[in-house]
Amino acid sequence: MNEITPDKFEIRDYLRLDLMPHFMCPGCGHGIALRALLWAVHELGIDKDNLAIVSGIGCSGRVGAYIDANTYHVTHGRPLAFATGLKLARPDLKVIVITGDGDCLAIGGNHLIHACRRNLDITCLMLNNEVYGMTGGQVSPTTAETRLTTTTPAGNSEPAFDACKLAEAAGAGLVGREVTMQTPALRNLIKEGLAYEGFSFLEVMSDCTEIYGRKNDLGDSAEMVLAQKSDMRPEAYTNSAEQPFRPNRLVTGILARNDRPEYGDTYRRQAAALCGEGDDAA
Amino acid sequence: MTVILQNLHGNHACAMGAIAAGCRFFAGYPITPSSEIAERMSRELPLVGGTFVQMEDEIASIAAVLGASAGGIKSMTATSGPGFSLKQENIGLAAAAEIPCVIANVMRGGPSTGTPTRPAQGDIMQARWGSHGDRPVIALAPASVKEVYDQTIRAFNLSERYRMPVVLLFDQVISHLLEPIELADMASLELVDRPWATGDSAGFEPYASTETGVPPMPRPGDGYRTHTTGLTHGEDGFPTQDPEVVTRATQRLLDKVENHRADIESYECHDTEDAEVLIVAYGISARAARAAVRRARGQGIAAGLFRPITIWPFPEEALKAAASKAKAILVPEMNAGQLVLEIERIVGHDLPVAGLNRIDGQAINPDEILQRIKELAAK
Repeated sequence: MNEITPDKFEIRDYLRLDLMPHFMCPGCGHGIALRALLWAVHELGIDKDNLAIVSGIGCSGRVGAYIDANTYHVTHGRPLAFATGLKLARPDLKVIVITGDGDCLAIGGNHLIHACRRNLDITCLMLNNEVYGMTGGQVSPTTAETRLTTTTPAGNSEPAFDACKLAEAAGAGLVGREVTMQTPALRNLIKEGLAYEGFSFLEVMSDCTEIYGRKNDLGDSAEMVLAQKSDMRPEAYTNSAEQPFRPNRLVTGILARNDRPEYGDTYRRQAAALCGEGDDAA
Repeated sequence: MTVILQNLHGNHACAMGAIAAGCRFFAGYPITPSSEIAERMSRELPLVGGTFVQMEDEIASIAAVLGASAGGIKSMTATSGPGFSLKQENIGLAAAAEIPCVIANVMRGGPSTGTPTRPAQGDIMQARWGSHGDRPVIALAPASVKEVYDQTIRAFNLSERYRMPVVLLFDQVISHLLEPIELADMASLELVDRPWATGDSAGFEPYASTETGVPPMPRPGDGYRTHTTGLTHGEDGFPTQDPEVVTRATQRLLDKVENHRADIESYECHDTEDAEVLIVAYGISARAARAAVRRARGQGIAAGLFRPITIWPFPEEALKAAASKAKAILVPEMNAGQLVLEIERIVGHDLPVAGLNRIDGQAINPDEILQRIKELAAK
């Protein structure tokens, strides 16, 4: 392996190359998100030995295994809960959750709400490809209305979830969104998240070309990411109630900040106080 | 030697046993009748540098426990029936990924919400089969407050030694029973730590088999940078569907328990040497059974009690030995007949096996058992 030098980012330094070729579909945005994440890890000088990646189930869940770090591939929807235990037990580790729209917002939705509320120092990267890809293309909480999936033959009749609004309302320390097309901006957003002392929720607009794109005649990967770009409505975030999330409104960048004490610090401070006065109380 | 005598109720004894065993992380969710375990842990853990967290639900609790244990900290959760149901998938992950943890399940009446404040022994088969697929299982069933304390310590030791989840099964009666117990003398307490990976990280295979069948665990931060997954994995830790590797990996998990039965199994025999009517009972029902056996002996009936403390794996050979003179076996339990199925499997070809069952949220009393002993002895 090459010596890692701070000035030059070589993605190979952070990948388990013996697992290549990876199994992501042609055109899938998850690989770009992975690159942006590792780029951010590199630029922040995070030691791979102290890096823990926790992921759940689905296409997003398989991304973590390619990272040359301490990687955990846990049950569907539960990576945030697993990561909460890991980070509380080992505050010295840098803990990153890689999850998807189904993993994080459907089966794992409760954990997202409470991870935001708790504000433990974890960065949650939600790769939103708007569909359950691994299982063959079923409707997800972020599938746009009217879209065709294998379980919405007449078109999706539910509105898409704005995960960032949810995270903000639940009290996440830092909330942001970016598209894969703007990879340096995505890297910068992830750097902000990783550097933030508290819970950061970052939504990455990925694209599922093979299944979702094909089913809805959205064109190839390039066309899909260009459509994301044209969907961007920076001004729309403030009056979101008037319009559904996608395809009409896609806002990127840092969307919310809620600076407050980090949960682990607070717990340890309170525990120390309990020890000071607790000798005869037990 | 310092002997500390305390009046504790079962749930507090569980918490104190966990602390003595080296547990330094607890994640839980409120549920009757186990909540006092969480409450006590929330007070005790900060005093020993540990961490307590009340999670958003039962599933999050066990997932957080697995995360903390993966980080290298002895960890546990506690729950009761409905919560035990919710935790099953992650108990399977603990078994598959070989993450040690202890789950205390204080049994209450079921199904569903059932009778939350009443005792039952209805989760015996769930402890064995509750999570899908073939997996190793250890479940311990203490019968007194002191035994809750001791078996909680033992649960951690077994969990660490074999890198797997261990379930404590006791019932609402024991959980709220107040009894004086002697706390462990920490200096002489045998505590087990999981085998840790040491040495060169280059080429390290996290799931390579060893003489004991238990691979050493890589601690995050120590440079091994391994992969942990609930997907069936090869010795390198990465998913595989190779039939040979899948067979070997699954068999090794099962063999961890099968090949160490002598260490894992535990039981008590009372008056079994010449017993013609053998009672097999566990938990609170075993205490009623013991009283019944004493009274039967007083009336000249050769009754005996076999009390499994390790419910899973069931101590088969010990039961066969205890039943060598028996003409009938009686299995009193607070369910519609669960462990009795296992007893029938083990000795049913040779002996009549009868159940004595209560599903009314009431503990079985000695008189009921004595009555059945008399009936079976008269046959």
